Amino acid sequence: MLRRCRMDLHIHSALSPCAEVEMLPELIVMKAEMEGLDVIAVCDHNSAENAAACVEASRDSPVRVLPGIECETREGVHVLGIFDRPEQAAQLQEFVWSRLPDEPNRPEFFGQQLVVTADGDFVRYNPRLLVTSADAGLEEMCARIRDLGGLALPSHVDKTFAGLIGVLGLIPEGLDLEGVEISAALTPGEARARYPQLAGLGLVRSSDAHRLSEIGQVWTAAWLEKRTVEEIRLALCGRMGRRLEE
Amino acid sequence: MSGCCRSPRSAESLVMDNGHLDLKTVVETLGLKDLGAAPPDGRKVTGAYTSDLLSDVMGFARAGEVWLTVQSHLNLVAVAALKELAAVVVCGGRGVEEPVLAKAREEGVVILSSAESSYETGGRLWEMGVRRAQ
Repeated sequence: MLRRCRMDLHIHSALSPCAEVEMLPELIVMKAEMEGLDVIAVCDHNSAENAAACVEASRDSPVRVLPGIECETREGVHVLGIFDRPEQAAQLQEFVWSRLPDEPNRPEFFGQQLVVTADGDFVRYNPRLLVTSADAGLEEMCARIRDLGGLALPSHVDKTFAGLIGVLGLIPEGLDLEGVEISAALTPGEARARYPQLAGLGLVRSSDAHRLSEIGQVWTAAWLEKRTVEEIRLALCGRMGRRLEE
Repeated sequence: MSGCCRSPRSAESLVMDNGHLDLKTVVETLGLKDLGAAPPDGRKVTGAYTSDLLSDVMGFARAGEVWLTVQSHLNLVAVAALKELAAVVVCGGRGVEEPVLAKAREEGVVILSSAESSYETGGRLWEMGVRRAQ
């Protein structure tokens, strides 16, 4: 039985530099519930350390939390890797960290990177610089996400800063994608008119929330049977009745 | 680096009457490495453009210019071919992977490598008298 699900697949927790400290698992889930969201993905910069806590915080909630990472590739392109299970996101994190430069975070510029429990209790600061590129090309990163069973969804592709089309000019030929995220400034229709290369791709919009008040301001409706990565993949392709509402 | 002490005045004499330079002269003067994509022979350089955002190059570079960048993604071949650029100069001693070179050979795109940064390479081109194409 297909049901209409409101998805916001790009939310940062307090682990991401520049996210507000209130972005704690149970508060994120509570706000998502208040906003009537059915599926959210928590995707911090180059790390999944709070993803399991966010999944745990949603245990008694109607909101389904998908664990993810927003990876930055060698080219300076941001890509969401979205998974069903925290272990998969942790495996992607291991790969990304093996390719990140060994630089310390500068909290005075980027803020503290907070690792927390589901209840929002402090665990530790992540001391490494997370807002930088991993030494892995876009194709390699997307393939790695896919091999781990995840959905690779390039973030805000139309943005000059860190968006696939902004940085690389064109969507690379042969890049295996079902869809992309467009920025909230564009409707899917406007995006297709401006970038004909988006034809055939599922277009989602998300809040890219760095503060609680931003959660639920932008979302995408999808008709899904279950709230899983595979179902979202089908919806992006418009297959087996699963589809996005534009 | 050899060539750093060359005075701007003597370098400017490299520019031909029509304001253009041979790409081969640029390669030799700057000590650029030919990465083995399309051969640089016989091409004219009408100017130069520096950017790592390929969308920016698509928007603003002009035909006949050399493009200085640290990007190495395959898409740079498509952008260079689309804009009919004289060559791509990958700066900072970086190279590109073989599939990029193969595509560049197919599209007739010249790819060179500079041991110096984009800033220094651009400065050296300026000293040679290279300006933006009109």
